[in-house]
Amino acid sequence: MSAAAAMPESGAPDGADRLAVRKTYKLYIGGAFPRSESGRSYVVRDPAGGFLANAALASRKDARDAVVAARKAFAGWSGATAYNRGQVLYRVAELLEGRRAQFAEEVRLTSGAPLREALEEVDAAVDRWVWYAGWADKIAQVRGGANPVAGPYFNFSLPEPAGVVAVLAPQDGPGSALLGLVSVLAPAIVGGSTAVVVASERHPLPAVTLSEVLATSDVPGGVVNVLTGRVAEIAPWLASHMDVNAIDLAGALGAPGALADDLAVAAAENLKRVLRLPAADWAADPGVERMFGYLETKTVWHPMGT
Amino acid sequence: MSHNGPMDGITALAGLAASDASLRRFLHGLPGVDEVGARARADVLASRSIKTDSKRQAIDLAISMIDLTTLEGQDTPGKVRALCAKASRPGFGAPPVAAVCVYPDLVPAAVAGVAGTGIKVASVATAFPSGRAALDVKLADVKSAVAAGADEVDMVIDRGAFLSGRYLTVFEEIVAVRASCGDAHLKVILETGELGTLDSVRRASWLAMLAGADFIKTSTGKVAPAATLPVTLVMLEAVRDFAAAGGRRIGVKPAGGIRTAKDAIRYLVLVNETAGEPWLDPAFFRIGASSLLNDLLMQRARMETGRYAGPDYMTVD
Repeated sequence: MSAAAAMPESGAPDGADRLAVRKTYKLYIGGAFPRSESGRSYVVRDPAGGFLANAALASRKDARDAVVAARKAFAGWSGATAYNRGQVLYRVAELLEGRRAQFAEEVRLTSGAPLREALEEVDAAVDRWVWYAGWADKIAQVRGGANPVAGPYFNFSLPEPAGVVAVLAPQDGPGSALLGLVSVLAPAIVGGSTAVVVASERHPLPAVTLSEVLATSDVPGGVVNVLTGRVAEIAPWLASHMDVNAIDLAGALGAPGALADDLAVAAAENLKRVLRLPAADWAADPGVERMFGYLETKTVWHPMGT
Repeated sequence: MSHNGPMDGITALAGLAASDASLRRFLHGLPGVDEVGARARADVLASRSIKTDSKRQAIDLAISMIDLTTLEGQDTPGKVRALCAKASRPGFGAPPVAAVCVYPDLVPAAVAGVAGTGIKVASVATAFPSGRAALDVKLADVKSAVAAGADEVDMVIDRGAFLSGRYLTVFEEIVAVRASCGDAHLKVILETGELGTLDSVRRASWLAMLAGADFIKTSTGKVAPAATLPVTLVMLEAVRDFAAAGGRRIGVKPAGGIRTAKDAIRYLVLVNETAGEPWLDPAFFRIGASSLLNDLLMQRARMETGRYAGPDYMTVD
């Protein structure tokens, strides 16, 4: 320490002139942190234009790899018991809580909000995550049921996860960077689907940190994959991908042109579930619409005997 | 016969089969394989980038080289019929595959399934995959497959005999199987995953070629590791040298573990750069695979439609 402090470029021991560590973040695909296949990255800036970090600029091939990873993880994640999924998600909330200060700092830097508001957003995000985790073993009771039928059968409706979900995280707006991200990601995975998230282009740091949290949690690799980059570049490939089963257009709603319309049209080719909910106040009660939007209902007829 | 290596002319090799000792002198006189070098060479070739039009051609070429295989205990004539239908019309505008490869008792179903399409029927035989049966049982296995209409026979060598140095036993067995094949093509499976070293792969390749193989094939697919690029590189060098020494042009068939279009294209690059263009032909290079076809078709669909394809839209088998 003292030797390092003596070196001229290390600056003063109080850290004021310390050489900055200019971070270059990577993607999160299949539980690993690869660079973009394209080798590209972009600069993330704060509202005043100051340098925050470099983030990977994902290409269509990264999106393709992420879908492959999500598909691979789907059998295990959807096959886990609902109770187990809930426990795994609770554990993520604990880890989020442990990184409270880091998340708050990133929210503050990226959005320019005062620290107090940033802390409120982080707390709300952790609460939101816990709320969704609690839903894991309750979805089947609330959304499924035993149906009365005129015949010697039991008839059940069972909610099942849609499969691989492409989540376009909200791009801008108050509370979008972390709370908005959690509010679109958690409902996708709680029911057993696996997700490919396209993070906010201008505010990707909370998403990057969230992927670090997920990597050290019990969530299996590939259940959540995080891409940073341009929505307009990546989303069309996800929307048209035949192995993606649902897409949340939250991140495309404010985009120039008719991006959301184009994505919905592309998604129709394999009848993806398209979630196009109106721009939300992320601090408000989220309701169950998003969570239930990623469920398919399977109806089972079972002979009663006699 | 001196043991100065393969370049003495294939005609001079005719006397090799006189004894274990003469075969051993020849096979152990082959230059050794630099394993690190072979792996490095395979890695370099594997990193080559094949894009757009070249990729389109490579995908179609790879499809036309596939021996579409089903070698499971639960195979049925119905499954073989489905396989044959897929072999002749893979869909997405793709060309038919080269052959279907089945167990001997399912050859009649395969022959009926591909009738009139020009697709060959290959049958594994000789107590596949272990090869542990008496010679007359193996020969009866081959004869039944050929009698049922198999165009190609995939035999396994006796790895136990090969590894303990009884080369003449292996040689004579291949010759006997060759004689039982009649007009059918003979592919000799070396099962490189059990041979241990690339030196052994080179020796087994030469042994099989000298004994009359039409194709040398890496693996049964039942042993890991199955086909790898370095092993295939050594086998391609062997067929190239055999032809250069005045022998016939022998084919190569990697089988097992080739599952993605990217893998398949790597093998095509390896063929082009090692044996050369004459081998880029279904008559001289085949890929033994079952799940590979779906991946090639997904790539083809992606190039045709401009959207990434999904396995939900491909047949399961």
